[in-house]
Amino acid sequence: MMLKRSELWQLIAIHFKELLREPGVLFWGIAFPILMAWGLGIAFTSEKKTKKDIAIINLTPGGMLEGFLKENASREANGQGSAIFDLSVIDPVFGENLFRFLPLDSARATIGVKRGMYQLIIDNYGDSSVFHLDPANPEARLLQLQLASVLGKTTADASFSGLNTVPLEMRGTRYIDFLVPGLVAMNIMMACMWGMSWTIIERRKGNMLRRMIVTPVRRHNILLGLMTARITMNFAEAFLLMLFAWFYFDIDIQGSIAALVLVFVAGNIAFTGIAILTSSRTSNTEIGNGIINFVNMPMMILSGVFFSYHNFPEWSIPFIQNLPLTLLADSMRSIINEGAGLSEILDKTIIMGTIGFISFGLGLKFFKWY
Amino acid sequence: MDTELLISARGLYKSFKKVKAVDGVDFTLAAGEYVALLGPNGAGKTTLVEMIEGIRTPDRGEILVRGLSIKDERSSLYGRLGISFQETRFLEKITVLETIRLFASFYRQPEKRIEEVIQIVGLEEKRSAYTKNLSGGQRQRLALGIALLNDPEILILDEPTTGLDPAARREIWDILLKLRAERGTSLILTTHYMEEATHLCDRIIIMDRGRFLAQGSLSNLLSKMNMPDIAHFVVAGPLPGDIPQRSGGLVIEWNRLTGKGRCEMHNVSEELPALFALLEKNGLRLKDFEHVRPTLDDLFLEMTGRRLTEETE
Repeated sequence: MMLKRSELWQLIAIHFKELLREPGVLFWGIAFPILMAWGLGIAFTSEKKTKKDIAIINLTPGGMLEGFLKENASREANGQGSAIFDLSVIDPVFGENLFRFLPLDSARATIGVKRGMYQLIIDNYGDSSVFHLDPANPEARLLQLQLASVLGKTTADASFSGLNTVPLEMRGTRYIDFLVPGLVAMNIMMACMWGMSWTIIERRKGNMLRRMIVTPVRRHNILLGLMTARITMNFAEAFLLMLFAWFYFDIDIQGSIAALVLVFVAGNIAFTGIAILTSSRTSNTEIGNGIINFVNMPMMILSGVFFSYHNFPEWSIPFIQNLPLTLLADSMRSIINEGAGLSEILDKTIIMGTIGFISFGLGLKFFKWY
Repeated sequence: MDTELLISARGLYKSFKKVKAVDGVDFTLAAGEYVALLGPNGAGKTTLVEMIEGIRTPDRGEILVRGLSIKDERSSLYGRLGISFQETRFLEKITVLETIRLFASFYRQPEKRIEEVIQIVGLEEKRSAYTKNLSGGQRQRLALGIALLNDPEILILDEPTTGLDPAARREIWDILLKLRAERGTSLILTTHYMEEATHLCDRIIIMDRGRFLAQGSLSNLLSKMNMPDIAHFVVAGPLPGDIPQRSGGLVIEWNRLTGKGRCEMHNVSEELPALFALLEKNGLRLKDFEHVRPTLDDLFLEMTGRRLTEETE
């Protein structure tokens, strides 16, 4: 009884009551994180088998590495005349590790590294091999250690156990080259989602949207104004980030600037459209927070901003590749690191634009001004 | 008075779940008229004006503004209306001038008009202040200024002075009275302050539970209900034991201990001299006297059993 009358008890109790009486907050605060953990957990942890792709260049016929792979790894055709080798290593603690060795020419292997498909390249000359990787890439170093352990133990190739390593220094193959375009893309997404969705929800809550529409204002201009301001800010932010990356990390744009501008515009259309849709109904900031996270979080995790999405299960890759953030990050990487031009990114640009326009249209249809 | 009708609404109904917010009302506003919708919180005033403003759709009924439906002619009618809500949170780090300029652009108003409006609402000294730093009264004057940008024919203000101190309230009243005198503006005002309704408006509509209980000018309303004036007085004691309770048409309630008396009067010019004569006849010296006219609150109490300041359940 005494406790119930205490001010601290009452203060705690009213906060709980407030939370429990707002079903939207309950859903987005409690149910959504659980559902998210469940979904991602089912998708990405139930499979104990992890698969790593390794590019091999100059695989010497009759050499020790080829001999080892032919003997120990299963072979399948890659559809382009040469074989790929799957080496399965079962560890009592870590489960099954599947190493997929792909004999490639140098150009294809390099592009794969730039796209984050391969973390390292094995360059095989006769009976010796050299690892090419970025020492700053933690994933690549881990893979190198795993490979050294597996191959060093089971082959007579001393170069594996000796960790004969040459850093990747070619433009676009470093981890930072992979990271920066991803960060630019992520920044666009975050800026649109928080900068626009949040603003709209706040203005709705404070009656400001309602105040505006009881004038002769053209309603679409209210949204267009917000979008234009946001895109301009995004452009300035992206420009400064690229300038810094060029100056400090020596990252330059190898492909077409026009293509990069087009991708930037398409990405902004996609995310401003999504932001309008996301914020089209609610005036409760806590629910808004949940919905924004619902949109942002999966892309933050899946779209390969920090680490390649090629580590996710094979079945999920086509889905991940069509998420707006993946489309934007991949297009930017291909222009900045691989020298892509307009024709290479046109399809992704069209998809992003379409996502943007559909989201914007739906958002307007559902939009509550008050 | 010009009888040209600016707004005519007929048979309006609006319900939210089981609550009948507006329950079958007809409403008109004539050119140059100041009309108050007076009622306690929850009476349905805001719902009614929101339907007139076109931001809520009635379940039934028709609203015409200048003969046009606001639903169909939204943008042209919004050019003629000046609207202010109970509460608007303006963008916090935008100044008064910038806020007014933003809204002026919606009405295609020149810079000159912005200056005029700042003057009308007396925010000259606050023009460079962020809206978050304004007092409640200043914020309401900013909202009023925005509503006045287009020099509206019809002004619709939803509780413009709720929560303001008496001085801030009077500042808003002065602006509104000046507007009527100088511009001939028409006004619909919702309020639960009877002083506001009586001070500003020609016609007062008393609203409760979604219905109009009565409407007319103040004197009109009070005379229709035949409510008496009250005389309160105190005499120097002691009171004689045989002091009469009735004399002529007068009925007097005495408090023998305090010497206080109360008397209802339907015809003050005849009954007041009669009261004084009665006191004199009984040798009673008057120490204090007050003549209280009935108020709208008394009228509301008479009609609903509740005060205007009470919430509608």
